[in-house]
Amino acid sequence: MDSPVIRFQGAKKIYPMSGETVEALKGVDINIYSGELVAIMGPSGSGKSTLMHIAGLLDSLTEGKYWFDGEDVSFISRDQQADIRNKKIGFIFQSFNLLARCTAQENVELPMLYQRPAPSNLHQKSMEALRMVGMENRSSHLPSQLSGGQQQRVAIARALINDPTLIMADEPTGNLDTKTGKEIMNTLAALHKNGITVIIVTHDHEVGQATQRRIFLRDGLIEKDEKQAQVSGLIVS
Amino acid sequence: MNIILTMIRLAVRALLAYKVRSLLTMLGIIIGIGSVIVMISVGRGAHESIQRQIQSLGANMLMIFSGSSQKGGVRAGFGSAPTLSVRDAQAIERECPSTLYVSYVLGTSAQLVAGKKNWGTRVWGTTSNYNQVRDWQVQDGEFITDQQVRSASSVVILGSSVAENLFDPGEQAVGQQIRIKNMPFRIIGVMQARGRTPSGQDQDDTVLVPYTTMSRKLVPNRLPGVVHFIMVSAQSQDLVEVLKQEVEELLRQRHKIIPGMTDDFTVRTLDEYANMAGETTNTMTLLLTAVAAISLLVGGIGIMNIMLVSVTERTREIGIRMAVGARRRDILLQFLIEAMVISIIGGILGTVVGIVTAMIVSGLAGWVAIVGLDSIILATLFSGAVGIFFGFYPARKASCLDPIEALRYE
Ligand SMILES: Nc1ncnc2c1ncn2[C@@H]1O[C@H](COP(=O)(O)OP(=O)(O)OP(=O)(O)O)[C@@H](O)[C@H]1O
Ligand SMILES: [Mg+2]
Repeated sequence: MDSPVIRFQGAKKIYPMSGETVEALKGVDINIYSGELVAIMGPSGSGKSTLMHIAGLLDSLTEGKYWFDGEDVSFISRDQQADIRNKKIGFIFQSFNLLARCTAQENVELPMLYQRPAPSNLHQKSMEALRMVGMENRSSHLPSQLSGGQQQRVAIARALINDPTLIMADEPTGNLDTKTGKEIMNTLAALHKNGITVIIVTHDHEVGQATQRRIFLRDGLIEKDEKQAQVSGLIVS
Repeated sequence: MNIILTMIRLAVRALLAYKVRSLLTMLGIIIGIGSVIVMISVGRGAHESIQRQIQSLGANMLMIFSGSSQKGGVRAGFGSAPTLSVRDAQAIERECPSTLYVSYVLGTSAQLVAGKKNWGTRVWGTTSNYNQVRDWQVQDGEFITDQQVRSASSVVILGSSVAENLFDPGEQAVGQQIRIKNMPFRIIGVMQARGRTPSGQDQDDTVLVPYTTMSRKLVPNRLPGVVHFIMVSAQSQDLVEVLKQEVEELLRQRHKIIPGMTDDFTVRTLDEYANMAGETTNTMTLLLTAVAAISLLVGGIGIMNIMLVSVTERTREIGIRMAVGARRRDILLQFLIEAMVISIIGGILGTVVGIVTAMIVSGLAGWVAIVGLDSIILATLFSGAVGIFFGFYPARKASCLDPIEALRYE
């Protein structure tokens, strides 16, 4: 097997809280390889979001080491983190996080705005990404004119626009009804089929069942890391 | 480039989303830049019109008064004992090579009576080339001739204001008789209208008689040969200063003024008048500069305030941008551009307000407002600079936000 996309060694995150400290991650070792579809599960407050933020280079470890795509990123600067996020990571959030004043297409183009060197065929690429999530005929709509599921699709298109190595989704179905949630999961699974590494943070056991690998967190530690040979039908018809 | 254009578009969109708020934010800048424009254009207009008034005194002219010049300007004329004489004037004409024309005047105040109307005004006794020195022609009739000066004729030339006051519109003044100090005078001409001097005197509210008529008939008890002031015109503009030197040297010689003594006369060029008049405009400019500076400061603080509010309101947006890969300086740039767009639009509105105000002000003051392209460019650059200066702190604050906290912000 080639080198992991994500490799944590003794990863610790300590939040200073007025006087005392909160230890959100207490020493975690994880390897996630290219092309995997991983669910990170666990009770509320177990450190799932914290882990995802650090893995996504939105935050840094307090202690331990982190390699991203074979590169030691434990102590890189904020601007270097921003560049890696821009080039290699796509985020999908529970609350969609689209810019309210921008159209669907402009939202999708947002990461390309910060790409260096500046890309040329902006509109063409964003339309392509919207087509991939079935939103091409809503390109000029504002987020407020779209349903939750549609907004999440736009967010997925935005995550895809810079051809990322890794897609990270924190409770992507948390604000959606079951049916829409499943459609979003199908879209993510399709991306995985195309070879993108996908990490999904979720409470939903049904979602978890659908992945090849599940990592259970509890109180900032890995409780279980199980690989499933048989993936139960993620793609629902 | 792409990113900057997009940012400008977004900034404009953000402004349009809160129109009233944006306008209020811009108010300080509008007033500030407006004052700058008013200041520059009215200042220039005033300067221009003062220059024109001064040039209207006569081309390349020197004025020679009795009395020494004091710091606060010249105190001379009717009050002080005249020290200048017709002989001085003749000597200047004879001995100063840069001279073109020389004329001199002796004045008095008198009551004029024409039929049933009467009018009090200043009467000047002068020579036949007064109109050449002052570059001032008759509108109707003829100017005083040498012959009339030699024979002390009872003839008079009216200033246009005097003619208006003594005669009905359309009535022919030339050829009529009027009485000055109860002596009959025949009107031989009416001067062209000349307007006011920089000090506000109506140049057209005077009448002219031959010098000899004045000294012998109207003020017979004066010392013979005395004049109130002498006017000399130089052969060219370059020679004005030279002529001034020549005249000063000659008069010191004639008045026996040795080095160390103060002169008993004063020679002034029109440039010196212009500089004196400039001081009043400078005071006004200073005042408007203060208004502009204060407004721009207040406007800048307003922009800073609204940008801080905007940064807080859009914390989540900042988080999203950071998550998709915006570097700190991208965020900094975005908010700086936004502050600049506010202040530059404010600057443009201020320029328009300023131009309109300048036109109204100068219309009331009887000047021409001179709005140059340079002042518009200056105003725009200045407002942009205000935007950068006061937008920097909020923009920096935005760029230093923590991505996670920004994303979590409700
Ligand atoms: N910025 C912070 N400052 C202080 N403590 C924090 C901060 N962020 C998270 N924590 C704490 O770290 C622990 C882990 O939080 P985290 O958000 O990772 O949990 P989670 O597994 O994502 O929970 P949920 O399922 O509810 O989203 C919690 O105890 C939380 O209170
Ligand atoms: Mg969470």
